[in-house]
Amino acid sequence: MKKYVLDLTVVSVERIHARYVLIRLTDAQPLPDMLPGQFVEVRVDGSPSTFLRRPISINYVDRAQNQLWLLVATVGEGTRTLATLQPGAVLNCVLPLGNGFTPAVSGQKVLLVGGGVGVAPLLYMGAQMREQGFEPTFLLGTRTQEDLLMLDEFKKYGRVFVTTEDGSAGEKGFVTNHSILQQEQFTRISTCGPTPMMKAVARLAREKGIDCEVSLENLMACGVGACLCCVEKTTEGNLCVCKEGPVFNINRLLWQN
Amino acid sequence: MAKLNVKIGDLRLKNPVMTASGTFGYGLEFADFMPLDGIGGIIVKGTTLAPREGNDYPRMAETAQGMLNCVGLQNKGVDYFCSHIYPQIKDIDTNMIVNVSGSSPEDYAECAARVDALEHIPAIELNISCPNVKDGGMAFGVTCAGAASVVKAVRQRYHKTLIVKLSPNVTDITEIARAVEAEGADAVSLINTLMGMAIDIEKRKPLLSIRTGGLSGPAVKPVALRMVWQVAKAVGIPVVGLGGISSAKDAIEFLMAGATAIEIGTANFLDPAISIKVRDGIDAWLDAHGCQSVEEIIGVID
Repeated sequence: MKKYVLDLTVVSVERIHARYVLIRLTDAQPLPDMLPGQFVEVRVDGSPSTFLRRPISINYVDRAQNQLWLLVATVGEGTRTLATLQPGAVLNCVLPLGNGFTPAVSGQKVLLVGGGVGVAPLLYMGAQMREQGFEPTFLLGTRTQEDLLMLDEFKKYGRVFVTTEDGSAGEKGFVTNHSILQQEQFTRISTCGPTPMMKAVARLAREKGIDCEVSLENLMACGVGACLCCVEKTTEGNLCVCKEGPVFNINRLLWQN
Repeated sequence: MAKLNVKIGDLRLKNPVMTASGTFGYGLEFADFMPLDGIGGIIVKGTTLAPREGNDYPRMAETAQGMLNCVGLQNKGVDYFCSHIYPQIKDIDTNMIVNVSGSSPEDYAECAARVDALEHIPAIELNISCPNVKDGGMAFGVTCAGAASVVKAVRQRYHKTLIVKLSPNVTDITEIARAVEAEGADAVSLINTLMGMAIDIEKRKPLLSIRTGGLSGPAVKPVALRMVWQVAKAVGIPVVGLGGISSAKDAIEFLMAGATAIEIGTANFLDPAISIKVRDGIDAWLDAHGCQSVEEIIGVID
């Protein structure tokens, strides 16, 4: 897919949680094709300590409004600066980068498992599945009810199941404990979230013989496979997460533990 | 439109802007962003005789106006390059230059000899300055005898333009430059990265897997510029300048300090089309200042 450097215009920056903002961007031209699971490298202006671009997964592409949504966890100075962007400001983006989730095919029953800010790319994936006539099932895990992000958006596209560690919403426990995994047979799991969660999901998928792909977020510099900084050990040796991923089938990873 | 073409030994560059090894892949990764044939040269990723997996993750740490890396020369080896990558890049209409590394003079020479056989690779950049590998790399580049031994071995087996990339992690870089010139290098390029370190104070651990790494980016530019100026005064062969160049102004500083050409490295990560913008910026500056040719400003600083 052709990649672009674009000066996108900020439509809004919505503080949806103490630690997360939703940035909506647009452009005078129609936005390029982008696939669920791909990401954007944004340049952070006005943050002297932020030297490199920041990789942010594509949360949603609203074709009707010509908008790109980025769900940003404000974890450091760069992302905190992004949260202060005003409507009308310009955000320089390199996009779309990496390979997305494997598209659903008929006969498959897909479960999209997210945790933390890792829920972000699953919204776009679920929306695309819905558009193609499939019904995705979302399984979202957080520590507590107030950490559940964009729940109403997810509900537009499929069934949503929730786990919280404190039991304040959905079932108490981790995503891998949810009863839906016992009640229904899924043929593929696509997951994005903290590494311990994804490793637990991968383990469960392997036990149950479910095809499983995970979206990694190793530290990146270039975003295009040039600097070889974001490598993950795979069955084919060290591969760049930015170029060969960020989505990998678990069978390619050395996650056998 | 001033004349932008320069020569490094027998190598003709349409303009003095190249991209630095390890920051621009094989060029192909950047083809969507800019015309690859618009710059004077592309120096592809460090290539060794045998495949190398490189160092463990994490390999990168962001620092003030720069970054550290300890990639460690991950590459699939020279034979893979010749059979799989060369066919994809050989028709790009610019100088495709291979950065060659090794762990012994014989290694370097054998790798260089295999690249010598490739018709559309007019030059190599000999990497005697990688700070991130235990065996070889910078070990050769920090002594005159070590640097000379590698260049001597390679010069016997490599017949095209030989550029030697120097390490800044030395007491006197001009001595190393003179040593490689004496062994027949056609040009020197400098600087490779400065060895550095960063620590996660909460985890009480280094941020890089092998503890240390090479610093690049604007943070190193003044050091690089000083060394280019020193080396340009010390040797008779052309000097290729690099180290933190992020704009046409930066590039012109290096040219004025004595560099015949420049390489853009880490800045490619911030703006994947920066090298073509630097070319255009040099061109505009020369026009604005009534220069007919870029050669008028090369080495004007005493």
